[in-house]
Amino acid sequence: MASKNNAPVKSSAATSGSTQDKAWLLSVYQEMCYYRRFEERVLQAYTQQKFAGFCHVHIGQEALCVGVQRALRPTDYMISGYRSHTQSIAKGIPGKEVFSELYGKVTGCSKGNGGSMHMFSKEHRFLGGHGIVGGQVPLAAGVGFAINYEKRDDIIVCYIGDAATNQGQFHEALNMAATWKLPCLFVIENNRYGMGTDIKRTTSIDHLWKRALAFDMDHGEVDGMNVQTTHAFLEGVVAGIRKTKRPYLLDAICYRYKGHSVSDPGLYRSKEEMAEWMAKDPIIQLGDFIKKSKMATDAELKALDTKAKEMARADEDFAEEQDIPPDSQVWQNVYAD
Amino acid sequence: MSILTYREALGRAMTEEMVRDPKVFLMGEEVAQYNGAYKVSKGMLDRFGPERVIDSPISEGGFAGLGVGAAMVGLRPIIEMMTWNFGIQAFDQIINHAAKMLYMSSGQFNVPIVFRGPNGAAHMLAAQHSQTIEGMLTQVPGLKVVTSCNPADGYGLLKSSIRDNNPVIFLESEMMYAMKGEVPDDEHLIPLGVGSIKRAGQHVTLIAWAKMVSRAMDCAEQLAAEGVECEVIDPRCLRPLDEEMIFNSVRKTHRIVIIEEAYQAASVGSYIAEQVQRFCFDELDAPVMRVANEFVPMPYAESLEHLVMPEVERIIPVIKQVLYMR
Repeated sequence: MASKNNAPVKSSAATSGSTQDKAWLLSVYQEMCYYRRFEERVLQAYTQQKFAGFCHVHIGQEALCVGVQRALRPTDYMISGYRSHTQSIAKGIPGKEVFSELYGKVTGCSKGNGGSMHMFSKEHRFLGGHGIVGGQVPLAAGVGFAINYEKRDDIIVCYIGDAATNQGQFHEALNMAATWKLPCLFVIENNRYGMGTDIKRTTSIDHLWKRALAFDMDHGEVDGMNVQTTHAFLEGVVAGIRKTKRPYLLDAICYRYKGHSVSDPGLYRSKEEMAEWMAKDPIIQLGDFIKKSKMATDAELKALDTKAKEMARADEDFAEEQDIPPDSQVWQNVYAD
Repeated sequence: MSILTYREALGRAMTEEMVRDPKVFLMGEEVAQYNGAYKVSKGMLDRFGPERVIDSPISEGGFAGLGVGAAMVGLRPIIEMMTWNFGIQAFDQIINHAAKMLYMSSGQFNVPIVFRGPNGAAHMLAAQHSQTIEGMLTQVPGLKVVTSCNPADGYGLLKSSIRDNNPVIFLESEMMYAMKGEVPDDEHLIPLGVGSIKRAGQHVTLIAWAKMVSRAMDCAEQLAAEGVECEVIDPRCLRPLDEEMIFNSVRKTHRIVIIEEAYQAASVGSYIAEQVQRFCFDELDAPVMRVANEFVPMPYAESLEHLVMPEVERIIPVIKQVLYMR
């Protein structure tokens, strides 16, 4: 998909197919509202000290999460870093299990052994939630290797933060993926800050898709704040990987509205910058499109959001009522039989 | 029985397991076309083809992680580290990922993988090529750590390691690859966690593993001439550790010397010493003594290297000390 001059293929304003369909748009709108409301409840619960540990929320990055997920098949794999509450829900893990995991409850998707950073589901092929920046990238290459080894046509999506592209293992994994044609979609969630450090202060290149040039890897850039263009673009990318087995590096431009973690007030970002990105809010953007296209009224969208709030509340209520793990669990699953 | 070298025994183990289970593959630097830096995988590319015997780039962290990811979705990789000194590059994948995956996911994703390669000093390879890593990795819950001291043990233990459903650190030695020994012709598996008595004796227990077993055997041979019967025991697996075998030997001899090619502080040997004093306190007729590397990076010059390693002339006085011999 890379053009001759190595510039990336960019998502354009033109969208097609499902991204113009009313039912699709409304369900995407509701899903994004749900993730927003879910993370807001997570944030609130954390602030109220209902659980502890590290907690990284995804608010602002919903469009990318949904736009990618809806281009996948259930049999495709996904692996991510430590900001993966809503990605894991998108991949199929029920929100109540994700909230339970945050609460350290036995009904959590990792039964309370993982917490915020380590969501797992074998059933839904979500291979974690990983806490070592960049460490999940070789794992994704391994899954791609296994897919080819067993001659299947699944793919694996590997989410990476922008700053993980400076980690050695990222480069090692991309080299292997490109050399051996592993069906991996590496998605850089480029929110432009590695914790509190502006990527520009630590990185010699101006666009992170350029990392792909070193490996002669297909690459592209999307406006990750726009779910329609993101999804339309991803459908092509995913079909391409499935067909050619060539891995792909996607530079997805997005923004997190909250700090790196809950404890981070985000003082390194200006009010102007925040305002500029809030104006591109993925949910507002889509809502405006839906209203302008006369597919739904303001009141109807509000009803979808209300429903999303109720879903998030139900997830938290469920988590609160569940049991903590039994003490015996501490000794289980250190070794497999 | 056939006489095989240690490298041939390991190669046979891998080959048999790859024939048995199509999910097993071998990846590492120079394992395929070059037939292995130490020729352990000789002939395997021809036999299994490039899909299953794969030359990796020089990216230890990367290909170790690739193995972990492949293992998470059902393959059974054997990852060769050309030496464990290079394998240190992969410690993030081994410690943070392979070892933790089953626990973090509460049993959903196990990682059946073997990381294997030579460990410890060879001969005049200097500081960056002469390290032992068993002390570091037995510290990590979720890993199994396996050593062997002869071709038969290497064969039987590597086969069990490949069949194990956990990440296994399999430690070899450059100095042992050419060692010859009898290996059973029939398939034989040695369970992980079961030690081996290499020489029975009444007077003192010598515990050693990997190439230190042959040092212990040399000491036993020399001391036999002086009427001392040493019992040489090899735990083989350092995690899980066959503590019962160690305690039983100490209950018999009442004295123990721990010989290891590692540093004394926070090592496998220090753990064994602690266990012995705790569980065999009343049995001991002498303090638990230890011989290990001097606490310096490995020097290059042969004479200096010799001073660092636990050599026979440094071990024997310690054995005599626990026997109160002059």
